[in-house]
Amino acid sequence: MNDAQAAALSPETVLRQMKQNGVTDIVWLPDSETNWLYLLMQTDPDLRLVGVTREGHACSIAAGLFAGGRKPMMLIQNTGMMESGDSIRGWLIGLQVPVVLMVGYRGYTRHGVNADTAATYTERFLMAFNISFYLVEGDADADRISVAFAEAEKTQRPVVVLVGDEYHGFNR
Amino acid sequence: MMHMADVVRAVAEHRGDALVIPGRSGRHWAQISETAFDLPLGDPAMGGHAGFALGVALAQPNRRVVLFDSEGDLLMSLGMLATIAEQAPANFYHFVLDNEVYATTGGQPVPNAKHVAYDLIARGAGYPRAFAFTEQYAFNRELPGIMRAPGPVFVAAKVYPEIENEPIGKRVRWRKRTADKVVADLRGALLTSPA
Repeated sequence: MNDAQAAALSPETVLRQMKQNGVTDIVWLPDSETNWLYLLMQTDPDLRLVGVTREGHACSIAAGLFAGGRKPMMLIQNTGMMESGDSIRGWLIGLQVPVVLMVGYRGYTRHGVNADTAATYTERFLMAFNISFYLVEGDADADRISVAFAEAEKTQRPVVVLVGDEYHGFNR
Repeated sequence: MMHMADVVRAVAEHRGDALVIPGRSGRHWAQISETAFDLPLGDPAMGGHAGFALGVALAQPNRRVVLFDSEGDLLMSLGMLATIAEQAPANFYHFVLDNEVYATTGGQPVPNAKHVAYDLIARGAGYPRAFAFTEQYAFNRELPGIMRAPGPVFVAAKVYPEIENEPIGKRVRWRKRTADKVVADLRGALLTSPA
C-alpha cells in the first residue's frame, strides 16, 4: 500500500458512517469518484439502493422516503448536483428534508488549481444555495460525515459531504 | 376527454386507506379529502411528483400510494419511469392526467401533445401494467380491477385543460397547508397509525 492509498477514504469507513447514522436507503447515480463505494453497498442487505437516471430525481425520491419515515442519503456527482438546483430548492430545502448528500467532487485538486470547471463552481454553487458542506478526502476526515448528519438533523436542511477522492485517482 | 374532477372522484371511491399525492389535481382533491394521509404539495419543483410518490411507496410498503401526475411533469422526468419500474413497488398507482398543455402558464401545448402514448412509454420502461383512457365510462368500468391488482400500475387519462391566465398573485389559493407542514403531518400520523 502506498502513501496515497493509506490516506484514502475507504469504502468500509463510509459504510460504517452510514450505519452509525441510521441510513436506510441510498438514492444514487454512478459517478467516477465514488464507484468503489457502490460496489460495497450493493453487497449490504440492509441498505436499499434506488438508482436514478438524473440527479434531480434523487431529491424528490429522498423527500418521499423521508416523508414516509425512512432515512435516505444521496450519492451523486457535483456535475449532477449543479443541474439539480431547482429540485434541491423545492424538494429538499422547501420540504425541510434533513438529508446528507455525498457528492463526488469531480475536478478537485486540493490546491485550487482547477482544470475542470465542475470543481470551479461546486463550492460557489453550494454557497449560493446556503447549503453547508464538509470536505472529506480520506479516512482521517470521516468523522465529518457524522457532523453532516447531525447538522442536517438539527437544521432540517440538506447538508453536503464533498468527496475529494479524485485526488487519489479513479477507481483504485 | 374527461373532466379532472370526475377522474379524481372516481379514484377516491376506491382509495381505501391509500396515501394520496394529488399533484396537479390538488384543488379538486382538496374538496374530497384533507387529512394527514393526503399530500397536497403544490408544485415544489416541476417533474418531481413521481419521484416523491415512489419514495413514499417504498417507505410505506403496506399502504397503497396513489399519485395524480401530469404529462408535463412526466415529460420532464421520463427516466423516472425506469427507476419506478426497477423498484417495482406493488403498492404504487400512478395516474397521469394528460391535458396536452401547460395549463398553469396559459395553455401552451406540451411537445407533440396529441401524439405521445404515455402508456406505451411506461410499458416500455418496465411497468407491468399500463392503461390509457379517453372516456369516463371506460375509466370507471376498468378502475375497480386496476385498483384491486398489485402495482406498479400506470394509467394515462385524457382530461380537459383547466387553463389559468390570471397572474399568479391573483389566483385563488386552495392549499390549506404549506408543503413542509404536509410532510410533517404525514410523519406524525404514521407514528400514531402505523400500517
